[in-house]
Amino acid sequence: MSAEDVMICGAGITSFARTEATGRQLAVRAVRAALADAGLPWSRVRAAYGGSDAAGNADTLVAELGLTGVPFVNVRNGCATGGSALVSAVNAIRSGAADVALAVGFDKHPRGAFDPRPADWGLDEAYGHEGLMVTTQFFAMKIQRYMHDHGISAQTLALVAEKAYANGVRNPHAWRREPLDAAEILASGMVNDPLTRYMFCSPGQGAVALILCSRAVARQLDADPVALRAAVVRTRRFGSFEVFSPWAPTGTPISVSTDAARLAFEQAGLGPDDIDVCQLQDTESGAEVMHLAECGFCEHGEQERLIASGATAIDGTLPVNTDGGCIANGEPIGASGLRQVHEIVQQLRGRAGERQVPDGPSSGFTHVYGAPGVSACTVLTR
Amino acid sequence: MEGPLNDRLHGSRCAGCAVAVYPADPACPRCGGPAAPAVLSGTGTLWTWTVQRYAPKSPPYVVPAAGFDPFAVGYVELPDGVRVLAVLDIPPEEVVIGMPLRIGAGDGVPRAATVGAAV
Repeated sequence: MSAEDVMICGAGITSFARTEATGRQLAVRAVRAALADAGLPWSRVRAAYGGSDAAGNADTLVAELGLTGVPFVNVRNGCATGGSALVSAVNAIRSGAADVALAVGFDKHPRGAFDPRPADWGLDEAYGHEGLMVTTQFFAMKIQRYMHDHGISAQTLALVAEKAYANGVRNPHAWRREPLDAAEILASGMVNDPLTRYMFCSPGQGAVALILCSRAVARQLDADPVALRAAVVRTRRFGSFEVFSPWAPTGTPISVSTDAARLAFEQAGLGPDDIDVCQLQDTESGAEVMHLAECGFCEHGEQERLIASGATAIDGTLPVNTDGGCIANGEPIGASGLRQVHEIVQQLRGRAGERQVPDGPSSGFTHVYGAPGVSACTVLTR
Repeated sequence: MEGPLNDRLHGSRCAGCAVAVYPADPACPRCGGPAAPAVLSGTGTLWTWTVQRYAPKSPPYVVPAAGFDPFAVGYVELPDGVRVLAVLDIPPEEVVIGMPLRIGAGDGVPRAATVGAAV
């Protein structure tokens, strides 16, 4: 069975700005938007997968969407929630179990930093009492070592965030839509050295839904389908460096993002050089820098030159996070992975409005990374 | 010399993989085989670090009686072949990757300080 058999024929997204709406209300809006985009009724969906980290169970959405009897599986897989839902929907299509399937991701988090509990991570309470259960510390320590090893400057971190806010200005459903320049970002106050306040995303809200179908169904629709050539999820192997680790092995850390990206490219029969536009997890500026290399788009250290040259801007040679990424959209954990896929779908359709990558991009890539060492990647083509 | 850094870290080591971990784990995270308790080295070098510039959320964070002060945190690489997360009892402006450190169990999480510092 070839991966070309799975098409995305409908994509729906809500605004990622803070509102009074609940996560479930956002999810219903996104699903209805995706169905309208595909030109299909809810009753036509034969399998559904979805979830949130903190905004409820996806299967309860049938109360609003319609009690059609559709099998609806809840997914709760941290940052890979959207990716895992998507892989499940792909498998339903490839296996022939369904010819139309839904993947939906949504979330709504309280303001301020996430507050994980040590016991949930198998750690002694002392790690919480003494202030080490802080996700941002991990990202800071990973990029700190990376800058030391590969000659990345603080200015490069600031340029990544500057680009994210610039792209957010062009994206009507982004949360942060005010431009910020590199100097303001560097001066915004150190959170965890070397990362400043405006280099981080914040927990937020939003929902995204995608309607997948077989090629046979896509041919009958008046939609504008995009081929989902690969969708993979991987967990870490021994030797990686992850958040909330009281210890880590020595040597150069390996990366679950590298594993997931390689597998996605292998499944798609394409390589990083074939990709016209990509979305890489940017929970903070350093993450985008490291994920560029971990996913195979450049050599380690090459980012210093690439980013300064404008290569990752919308009109650059490798546009990255054209919708503003997590930095401009916030991080509703269950929704972010599918937001990335939604953005690639719109870019490949030529429907990305003011943030459209020029010259008709024909291939795209998405990547999420999350605790405790999970990565989901996709490859899409026109 | 008295002090928390003289209380060595009690980890474990897998005989088959030579993988050391902290805190001690009865199973090797690499091969799943049995791991034996091991007292880890009391010195190492700093692999990476950051500074916690704002007070973490309470709970779980317990603000010290004297109030919150930014503190450094990092991974100390030990000759045993493991990097251990520790609070660094070092002024943030003096922290550098590669600096030699002493490390001990502390009262809760591991703590590290510069070699020769009185702790």
